[in-house]
Amino acid sequence: MTLIKTQIGRRAFIRNTSLASGGLVLGFSILNSCKSKDAEKLAALEMPEEWFEINAYLKIGDNGLVTIMAPNPEFGQGVITSMPMIVADELDVDWKNVLVEQANFDQEDYGWQFTGGSQGIRRRWEGLRMAGATAKQMLKEAAAQTWQVPVAEITVAKGVLSHTATNKSAGFGEMASIAANLEVPEEVPLKEVKDFTIIGTSKKSVENHKIVTGKPLFGIDYQFDGALTAMVVHPPAFGLQLKSFDGSQIKTMPGIVDVFKIKTLEDSFTRGYFDTNAFTDLVAIVGKSTWEVMNAKKQLEVEWEPIADSKFKMDRFGTEMEVDVPSGLESTEDHYAQMNEMAAKSATTTRKDGNPEEVFKIAAKTIERSYSCPFLAHNCMEPMNFFAHVTDEGAKLAGPLQAPVLTAPTVAARLGIPVEKIDIELTRMGGGFGRRAYGHYAVEAALISREAKAPVKLVYTREDDMSCGIYRPSYMASYKAALDEKNNLVAFHVKAGGIPETPLFANRFPAGAVDNYLAQQWEINSNITIGAFRAPRSNFMAGAEQSFLDEVAEAAGKDPIDFRLELLERAKSNPVGEENDYDPDRLAGVLKLVREKSNWGQTPSGVHRGVSAYFCHNSYAAHVLDIVLEDGQPKVTNVVCAIDCGIVINPDAAANMAEGAIIDGIGNAMYGELTFRDGQPQQHNFDRYRIVRHTEAPKNIEVHFVQNKIDPTGLGEPPFPPVFGALANALYKATGRRYYKQPFISDRPPLVG
Amino acid sequence: MAAFNLKINGKNIEVDVDPNTPLLWVLRDHLNLVGTKYGCGIAQCGACTVHLGDIATRSCMLTVSSVGNQEITTIEGLSEDGDHPVQRAWLEVDVPQCGYCQAGQIMTASALLKKNPDPTDEEIEMAMNGNICRCGTYLRIKKAVKLAAENNS
Repeated sequence: MTLIKTQIGRRAFIRNTSLASGGLVLGFSILNSCKSKDAEKLAALEMPEEWFEINAYLKIGDNGLVTIMAPNPEFGQGVITSMPMIVADELDVDWKNVLVEQANFDQEDYGWQFTGGSQGIRRRWEGLRMAGATAKQMLKEAAAQTWQVPVAEITVAKGVLSHTATNKSAGFGEMASIAANLEVPEEVPLKEVKDFTIIGTSKKSVENHKIVTGKPLFGIDYQFDGALTAMVVHPPAFGLQLKSFDGSQIKTMPGIVDVFKIKTLEDSFTRGYFDTNAFTDLVAIVGKSTWEVMNAKKQLEVEWEPIADSKFKMDRFGTEMEVDVPSGLESTEDHYAQMNEMAAKSATTTRKDGNPEEVFKIAAKTIERSYSCPFLAHNCMEPMNFFAHVTDEGAKLAGPLQAPVLTAPTVAARLGIPVEKIDIELTRMGGGFGRRAYGHYAVEAALISREAKAPVKLVYTREDDMSCGIYRPSYMASYKAALDEKNNLVAFHVKAGGIPETPLFANRFPAGAVDNYLAQQWEINSNITIGAFRAPRSNFMAGAEQSFLDEVAEAAGKDPIDFRLELLERAKSNPVGEENDYDPDRLAGVLKLVREKSNWGQTPSGVHRGVSAYFCHNSYAAHVLDIVLEDGQPKVTNVVCAIDCGIVINPDAAANMAEGAIIDGIGNAMYGELTFRDGQPQQHNFDRYRIVRHTEAPKNIEVHFVQNKIDPTGLGEPPFPPVFGALANALYKATGRRYYKQPFISDRPPLVG
Repeated sequence: MAAFNLKINGKNIEVDVDPNTPLLWVLRDHLNLVGTKYGCGIAQCGACTVHLGDIATRSCMLTVSSVGNQEITTIEGLSEDGDHPVQRAWLEVDVPQCGYCQAGQIMTASALLKKNPDPTDEEIEMAMNGNICRCGTYLRIKKAVKLAAENNS
């Protein structure tokens, strides 16, 4: 049994002490007012008359119904279900008697409310278990006191407390009022993995019923009496800024209430790392309905002017820095020319083992290849939007945000009010993929509401959403490998860079497995803004590295899985260097599992296979991807996937996310591309920006999880990056041609006439 | 501005709007039926799919003035209580991730099954190809459509 020190927040503790003096917390009006058909359907029990708050994460009704708060924002990764499952398991409540409620932004109660980096479950694991275990312990204490028996003799199962010797039992509801008055125990036992009853069993999303019946769930659906609709007009190109505008024409259009300029961030403001924003000066149009505002937006007379070189201050999680913003109107063609130039030059060394330069000179065989990828837009299906109502009392906001904990301070600073006066209601997000970690649109909504003196809902058009920045950067990576006479990999050189950042991970595989290793990087600055995009940097490096290793294995005359496993054995038994950031055993583990599950080596006739494996965000994933040629066109038919992310909370939902990551990877590798001409994004909507569709998805995806007892290490991102490599390697088998440039759909040899 | 009598989810509803207003915005802004989603505004993504009669139709480019007396069904009106076979299949298969596109997917799927109660995989893929799911739930969507067809037969 593991004992854990409880860390119940001060506010929760005060609540409990106030309970002791003032009685019970009664009537959570919000919850009771939610006594809807949906709620009753979700729970086996009727709604209770009274709720008792045990801690910030859970409330127990007098009839045993339990409400569990989901602390992190939900964007499709399923934490609104899986996080409460963790609490429920330690509490030992029957899942069918659990209601889930999305927590709003409340740093005091819920700490780091951040959805991103595959960190949610990993960072919440212990705290959520503690919340459930603490409540269970308090319920046991309550039963022990009531029955006058030793607490150690109380057992709990499915929401029922029992004392066998005296044949007493009671539901949680009967003990909740007493439990809520008890002191919070200093330490509580946590379950052994083998004793989990909810964790590891598949539960359907608690919001499915609302989703399939079209209930208002998303920020864009948010309704508020008297709310106006707002849109913003931003420069059409990176490198331009607002010069002037004339709103007089559109002010007279039907439904238009106001037109004015906003400045999202003051020039002197020290930005946080997630305050990314290319267009701080915007024209806001406020009106009575979306369609009227859209029409007015098209008619706005506005002039733009080139930006000058500038700088802004940034506080990167405690490190103060100055960021240069270069002027100019950039184009994709120039980007690739610049990247090719940089890739040919010497670069900054970030890791060197052995003597790679000398070994390359005497190698029996060398292989040298270069890979690139374009900018990508996130293209969440729900365009950016936010509700704000700013008054003298404070700011009420609501909408889709991955990082309310980072956006709230910026809103507060810009409005000049304390962060305590900012309320943010967290709505379900229609996708995120990293995009909604950058909350500039919440700041914009707040400023528009303040200026318009009205509650407003800011909505981006799809075109606004796709053309306002925060993209996956464009990258390039060059690799060189040396083989000796016996086809051993004896030297490895990776040189990677991008616009505007390097994608390099110097300490990832095959670092640690090769005696002579060199990792170098370069960067080209840009005024095009970038941001985290599902598995940042890994989403390019995995494809490049795993495609290259496939070619090296082939040059060495080795099976691609055997080749990787040999290297991983070396990294495990006799690692080179001490900074390697992956566990060779776990990476080998997913390769072995995918080899077994895909019947590797027994490829059916007409099928062309590629394999890939990658570590990122603390977890491991490997894919075997099958392609067949239909009328000469490659079609992905089957993908077998093996993942090691530690304990899996909700297996079927986890499989869903991995399936999605695989389809997302195929789509972005094949079709994803945002290009620029004179600073202007060339794709503004789904007519020119190609997203993977039903007919392009594989026929079948199998997801296998390594079974182990490791604390969860994260899942949203890890299955995504290796898809690019598995696809490239399968395409090679199918077409006889290697794919070096994403998107693969346009990576064709030049026509020879 | 002009008054339009619309038949939506079995009810007659009058709205007074610009005749060029797309049905999508009439539903969302004027009638608070927000289950129908805005995704692209150019009929490329399918998030705004409703039924016009029995036909799956993109509401983002359909002006309110062109609807006439055709019956409109939105996700809110597909069934009384979320128990349309397609909705039940969606729950059974646990299809959604973010869920934003799913109302449109369900409306396209339910129109398909009305016309073709036992579609092949290829027919499902083709019928659903206009509906983008950015989370990549396509395999589960196909599975749910097949399950709904089975349960219906």
